[in-house]
Amino acid sequence: MSEISEHKILFGWEEIKKSLLTCIWFMFLTFPIMVIQVNTIHRTVEWRWERLFFVGAGAFLLSFLWRYMIRRKEAGIKREETAQNTHQDLLQRLLSNPRFSRPALAVAVLFFLTFPLVFSLYQIDIMTTALIYVVVALGLNIVVGLAGLLDLGYVAFFAVGAYTYALLNVHFQLGFWICLPIGGALGFLFGVLLGFPVLRLRGDYLAIVTLGFGEIIRLVLENWNEFSFGPSGIANIPRPGFMGMDLALHQNHTYIYYLMVGLTVFTIFVVRRLQDSRIGRAWTALREDEIACQAMGINKTRTKLSAFAIGATWAGMGGVVFAAKTTFINPASFTIWESVIILCCVVLGGMGSIIGVVAGALVLKLLPEYFRAFSEYRMLVFGTVLVLMMVFRPSGLISSVRRVYRFEGRNKLEGQP
Amino acid sequence: MDLEYFFELFLGGLTRGSIYALIALGYTMVYGIVELINFAHGEIYMIGAFTGLIVAGLLTLLGWPALAILVIASIAAMIYSCAYGWTMEKIAYKPLRKAPRLSALISAIGMSLFLQNYVLLAQTPDFLPFPNLIPEFDFLEPIEHIARSSEILIYAVTAVVMVTLTLLIKFTRMGKAMRATSQDREMAMLVGVNVNRVISMTFILGSATAALGGVLIASHIGQINYYIGFLAGIKAFVAAVLGGIGSMPGAVIGSLVLGWSESFFTGYISSDYEDVFAFLFLVVILIFRPSGILGRKESDKV
Repeated sequence: MSEISEHKILFGWEEIKKSLLTCIWFMFLTFPIMVIQVNTIHRTVEWRWERLFFVGAGAFLLSFLWRYMIRRKEAGIKREETAQNTHQDLLQRLLSNPRFSRPALAVAVLFFLTFPLVFSLYQIDIMTTALIYVVVALGLNIVVGLAGLLDLGYVAFFAVGAYTYALLNVHFQLGFWICLPIGGALGFLFGVLLGFPVLRLRGDYLAIVTLGFGEIIRLVLENWNEFSFGPSGIANIPRPGFMGMDLALHQNHTYIYYLMVGLTVFTIFVVRRLQDSRIGRAWTALREDEIACQAMGINKTRTKLSAFAIGATWAGMGGVVFAAKTTFINPASFTIWESVIILCCVVLGGMGSIIGVVAGALVLKLLPEYFRAFSEYRMLVFGTVLVLMMVFRPSGLISSVRRVYRFEGRNKLEGQP
Repeated sequence: MDLEYFFELFLGGLTRGSIYALIALGYTMVYGIVELINFAHGEIYMIGAFTGLIVAGLLTLLGWPALAILVIASIAAMIYSCAYGWTMEKIAYKPLRKAPRLSALISAIGMSLFLQNYVLLAQTPDFLPFPNLIPEFDFLEPIEHIARSSEILIYAVTAVVMVTLTLLIKFTRMGKAMRATSQDREMAMLVGVNVNRVISMTFILGSATAALGGVLIASHIGQINYYIGFLAGIKAFVAAVLGGIGSMPGAVIGSLVLGWSESFFTGYISSDYEDVFAFLFLVVILIFRPSGILGRKESDKV
């Protein structure tokens, strides 16, 4: 019954009229920028009328989908208000069921371990980059997902790690394995340094200030030639050696790959333990309600600062591996949009959910590589993803499962005479 | 320190400040009413500049007089920026009215990324030369070596826009509704203010002033690309916060202060670190005086 009425609403005359209006509106809206290209030097105009048709058709069809999704979302909110059942998706139920999740985990482990044996060097390289993003996104997940502090300058800590390794290597010939903990430690230190002044700020101001810090660090790296070699960056950063041996190119890439797998597993382990620890629960509490949280006796400053610093540590370590892998870094790799991409990984996967963030980072890093033909649309898609996720599914693809404690004593009590 | 150099920097700062003010007004109005940092506002300014460029380019080919082109290009830019601002609000912000603030901010960042890349793909990633639409006025010849006529026009337009906006908000029905909504949205709804319309109107007004700023500065500097909105947007945001976000006179004062301090900093100290200076300014203000010069102090409510 409700199915039929829904279809009627979806395809009725009123709906078509609405979609037509949307279609005309978007054709008007995109007309100058999409259609006309003026060349002021050669004094020519290029009219690209065919694009107008695509925009119109796209807007017409998408507007149906948009309204359908909005309705579904509103219906979902109503359902939640009326019935307090904790609605879980299929994906979540599958993941929480050990009969499914254990074999899935085994397959994943097997896949990642045998990956370099099966695939080519190029694939290994892509996967390594994706894993670096997984680690960094998991770090950001601590700050944004668990503690609820939106950090838009996160890539600065990544830069700190990368430059730590590059500069220590250039000046003091320090090796990768010494620099990895130093990079992490410096990330931590910068997290404390930058976190300390901004703790008093409200959520959106905090986001803008961290953005400011991130840009300051990038601009300093770009302009301070004596220190960071300026915009030309640092080249010929050595790849990590294995027990003092120099490896051939292929071996070396495989080595970095396994190293990254190890680091990823370590990160997941630590983040999981942190999440369930005292401090992890304090982060979540702080995210939900600051004032109530303070009333419960949680030290706000220390909790926020620890989230900031621990999140930054992972970025620092990720940065060291990044520098070692690409062997060349310059400030252009650390713009604010890189922070936004990492944020996108966290948001798409599901803020606060480890498996979600891992999946989000893998999807966002691997898909663009395999759809090279569409690579120029990458950032456009990222922007769209951010907006759509926030509008329709703020909890992400795989949302984090909230811990529920049920009081079961009451039924027993009521049952007693 | 000779006086003429000082004067030049002073006027340069005034130009920057005026443009920041035109953009900052949009930030501050939107923040005052929906409490959202409209991160994509800089992109609206950029789209205004691009629309202006396209219209101006077309009309130049037809051989119209410069002043007529300027007026028509500005009007077209304003119309299109308003349309984009309005649509953006409907898509990215309206469904999130009741969502947490951070969701709306992330959505705004997504919108900003989308619009930047939309223009990048539909037009070009390169810098485009913008035709100089502002003729050299004869009566300005005696002071031409310190202030170009385009600068004078920017000051004049900014002043007119400020006065018009102030009058609009003080004396019209819509302005009254806007003030009511910014004070207390629910109460405004209860007394019959159409809040949705007020919010749309705010986005439209803010977009129009930003577009005007975009066309003027593009014509003054002479080139634009898809990325100009980001930095201009951030700096205008700094200005809005400096003046006290939510307050319109504050936005103007903040913009002028930022414009002058940037101009003197680059003129006397270092031009390499110009943007670092702006960001430092932002960080310092937000940390030590987040309510700005004219802003009211906000406290968190349970």
